[in-house]
Amino acid sequence: MRLNVTVNGRAEAVDDVWEGESLLYVLRERLGLPGSKNACEQGECGSCTVYLDGVPVCACLVAAGQAEGRAVRTVEGLAEGDRLDPVQEAFVEAGAVQCGFCTPGLLVQAHDLIERNPRPSDAEIREALAGNLCRCTGYEKILDAVRLAAARKAGAA
Amino acid sequence: MRSFSYLSAPDVETALRVIADGEGVKFLGGGTNLVDLMREGIERPATVVDITRLPLTGIEELPGGGVRVGALVRNSRLAADLLIRTRYPVLAQAVLHGASAQLRNMATVGGNLLQRTRCLYFYDGAAACNKRAPGSGCDAIGGFSRGGAILGASEHCVAAHPSDMAVALAMLDAVVEVESVRGVRRIPIADFHRLPGDTPHIETALAADELITAVELPPVPVAANSRYRKVRDRASYAFALVSVAAALNVEDGVVTEARLALGGVGTKPWRATEAERALLGAPATEDAFRRAAEAELAAAVAGPQNAFKIELARRTIVATLRRLLTEGSAA
Repeated sequence: MRLNVTVNGRAEAVDDVWEGESLLYVLRERLGLPGSKNACEQGECGSCTVYLDGVPVCACLVAAGQAEGRAVRTVEGLAEGDRLDPVQEAFVEAGAVQCGFCTPGLLVQAHDLIERNPRPSDAEIREALAGNLCRCTGYEKILDAVRLAAARKAGAA
Repeated sequence: MRSFSYLSAPDVETALRVIADGEGVKFLGGGTNLVDLMREGIERPATVVDITRLPLTGIEELPGGGVRVGALVRNSRLAADLLIRTRYPVLAQAVLHGASAQLRNMATVGGNLLQRTRCLYFYDGAAACNKRAPGSGCDAIGGFSRGGAILGASEHCVAAHPSDMAVALAMLDAVVEVESVRGVRRIPIADFHRLPGDTPHIETALAADELITAVELPPVPVAANSRYRKVRDRASYAFALVSVAAALNVEDGVVTEARLALGGVGTKPWRATEAERALLGAPATEDAFRRAAEAELAAAVAGPQNAFKIELARRTIVATLRRLLTEGSAA
């Protein structure tokens, strides 16, 4: 099929897509957007988290056919040009990145959390990020980063 | 993953016709269970019909005080809905205790009703499992059975039902509306999930050609004072060891109405009718709560690894009822 999907604000028409392949495969292998990571392929690790019509989902569980006509925003779409989103800046500054594999999914998920809940409690941050696994066990720094990003966004608003 | 053909159903009629005419057809909703089962080779559909574009996404108030929830309503939207949160707080809480944020954004009401057990042996293609391969036996019995059911098991299967949402639906006497080319049926939730008996591979009353179109919640005034408590190995994103859905009405210190259902302990979402009977007319005291829990758990059968669930269920029932008394349905 020809898949029509808006990715990071740009209308894309992708040819020769099999409807049953995953949205993650389309993003990484057909559109050259390797930010979203491919790890468990079962929705357990969150490393492939992207916005689909404004809601974070695991791209590995979305069939390409299900994305037809919809809007996707990946980690590549968080920054505005060279200007990182405050969530991305906070991850850098807090040292919330070790191997980096879980980071793109965490960025999208944390971005959504702060959009919906500008002043999340620690418990709310933990619950929101429960579906994003970090095997370097850098969770403390990740929490620091989300707190920092929330404070910055609230301050700027 | 084996290859399959893919079709996006533009309307309910098309979806029903395809599943009625085809062999090995599966409906794809949120994909949070079916896709991982396909990746594990446990589900091997020849054709996958995407139903996510069907107009089954409404949450409507019914005359008389009930609510009708479309089968494709996402878990996160169900939990956020004001009608659900005020009339059925137990349901909103149960949904929020399941899975992760991303999965709740994808998973549907209909799919949640059909989610399959997380029994390790069901997922292990090298193990005997009557659910996955009928007649092959059950390696969970005598195996690593910490997560296994203590209520409703048979000598053929001890797999626990994994859903949180369905436990709340069992407590609420929900009705599952299903449709096929043959017409519409309404199945009470108590009859929807089946006990394993000697056919553990047949998990629900849904026929092979039927589509879940909605779940109807009847008016349940006592549910305004209801809550869900889930006990698990970590605070989030884990299946229940034990969970309790409860609603309570107390007048002058006496229980005038009680509803109770259990998760994590049954082979199906477990309506605790024995406990409800024991609570009705009893004083609203810890002693009475404990006796009610014991009445339900008298039938429990456990192995050495999951015997802890009996005591854990007893304590969780008591704690949930106590909290309903002191804090109502506040999450």
